[in-house]
Amino acid sequence: MRQGEGMITVERLTRKYGSFTAVDDISFVCQPGRVTGFLGPNGAGKTTTMRVMVGLTPPTSGQVTIGGHHYHDIPNPGRHVGVLLDASAQHAGRTGREILELGARTMGLPASRVDEMLELVSLTPTEAKRRLRNYSLGMKQRLGIAHALLGDPSVLILDEPANGLDPAGIRWMRGLLKGYAERGGTVLLSSHLLHEVEQIADEMILIGHGRIVAQGDKKSLLAGAASGAASFVTALDNEALTKALEAKGIGVSAAGEGLRVETETVEIGRTALESGIVLTDLRAADGGLEDLFLELTSQTQREAVAS
Amino acid sequence: MSMNSTVAPGLGHALDISGTSPTPFSRLVRTELRKTWDTRAGLWLLIATAALTGVVMVIQLAVVVAQDLTVSYNDFLTSTNFSIALLLPVIGILLLTSEWSQRTAMVTFSLEPRRPLVILAKLVVGIGLAVAAVAIALVLATICNALYGLLSDFPVVWDLSVLQTLAFVLMQIIGMLTGFAFAALLLNSPAAIVLYMVYSFVLPGIFGLGAALIGWFEDLQPWIDFSDAQTPLIDASMSGEDWAHFAVSGVIWLVIPLAIGVLRVLRAEVK
Ligand SMILES: Nc1ncnc2c1ncn2[C@@H]1O[C@H](COP(=O)(O)OP(=O)(O)O)[C@@H](O)[C@H]1O
Ligand SMILES: [Mg+2]
Repeated sequence: MRQGEGMITVERLTRKYGSFTAVDDISFVCQPGRVTGFLGPNGAGKTTTMRVMVGLTPPTSGQVTIGGHHYHDIPNPGRHVGVLLDASAQHAGRTGREILELGARTMGLPASRVDEMLELVSLTPTEAKRRLRNYSLGMKQRLGIAHALLGDPSVLILDEPANGLDPAGIRWMRGLLKGYAERGGTVLLSSHLLHEVEQIADEMILIGHGRIVAQGDKKSLLAGAASGAASFVTALDNEALTKALEAKGIGVSAAGEGLRVETETVEIGRTALESGIVLTDLRAADGGLEDLFLELTSQTQREAVAS
Repeated sequence: MSMNSTVAPGLGHALDISGTSPTPFSRLVRTELRKTWDTRAGLWLLIATAALTGVVMVIQLAVVVAQDLTVSYNDFLTSTNFSIALLLPVIGILLLTSEWSQRTAMVTFSLEPRRPLVILAKLVVGIGLAVAAVAIALVLATICNALYGLLSDFPVVWDLSVLQTLAFVLMQIIGMLTGFAFAALLLNSPAAIVLYMVYSFVLPGIFGLGAALIGWFEDLQPWIDFSDAQTPLIDASMSGEDWAHFAVSGVIWLVIPLAIGVLRVLRAEVK
């Protein structure tokens, strides 16, 4: 991934608040046709980074360009970049429909676009007539996503869009964003929960304490942490498999009906094949990324304390 | 990566903005106008301003008829000091502060990052509402004065001049702008409204008292008391010196707060 090739390009971005550095010299790119997950614990600097992208927060140094332009220089930016920074940041006394109506009018879109978007995010006409103060967080998120998509943009910047969505809502959003990226759109979405991002994102940027601690697709991130890889396996003959694995010096322990093995799935598959053992279940240990995520982000914490 | 761009032509790594024209200013103005009435609170504030204007005039009409007093068209118009002059600045304040208290500024400024244009659109709406309010007041005063002619034994006096009407419009616009300036300075609805009320009701009293008690302050007061400086506007009797007082106190209470406030909004990190 070469710098400058992306649709969203963050270059050596730093944002300080007094002596506190919220975003510390970060660089990354988001590619068209891909969903990029921006992942980090609370206070890591995700929101700050996204606010700089759309010109709401001035950077201390560095810059962000979208499709080669500074956000400020994009005419009628809602037609190019869909933004959802905070679904609650809308007038509590406006109806959902009116909020979209205002956006559509600002962007110069026909009123029919509002109906289309309401339908897309499954807000019924009755719900759309309610005032925002009577919306649940999940409904606000849906409305926010509708607002971001109003102008049919080719770039989406979404801050914690899954927050408050129920599991069905998260699945819906996953489908929506995947489809959007497949049609060539660029998506950047942030989350502090790995499992929200893991399944949607093609690419992940891990941020902790204002610094990027790792980036890449899921596979390469896990490969980078291969030493910690573990798998769960169940065989028709668990005992034989245990022996075969231990013979290779691989750690094995019992886990429920199966075994927990301190290696990658491919190595277990190979061993089973060599020994002619039938596997009934084989998967990477859940939390492989989770562990990595926690490890990486706590690492920066230690660094921050030390310095 | 190049595969992606062949798969999805038109969605490459650059944003093609050549076909998009900037948001026209007129559209920003229309959107900002819509925001003044598209919530219950906003709509009721507008209705209340108009209703209060009518109510105050009707009370005035009832009192003068019952007590056999003589009044003129202009007297009806100046009663709006207790309605329009009170609520227009609040509308001006909310035009701006509601974007902060409701945090809609995030959406507003991400859809139109040219913040000076957004502020200007709000000012245009504010001035437009002030002019509309005056138009309503003129109509109501006409009705009340005509009724006065029917109900009382005194002759009806139509003492309306173009100059006076213009001065009246100017005063209401100034009220609106001062509210707007305080709003930009504080970016907080209650604080800006309180400041405006103190400025328009408490401060003139303090200035008057100071002028009466302290000799040197009496000479200074006309130059710093903006409310006082607008008094000759009511009957359009501004002299050259009055205009000088108006200009100097106006710089202090309107121009400087507005300039600092607008600069603040332009630079503010929008949360
Ligand atoms: N205006 C501000 N003044 C001081 N600190 C701030 C301000 N805005 C954000 N921060 C701090 O910057 C850090 C990053 O915040 P944020 O970008 O919101 O994190 P995230 O979105 O990843 O949870 C936090 O520690 C936060 O407290
Ligand atoms: Mg955040």
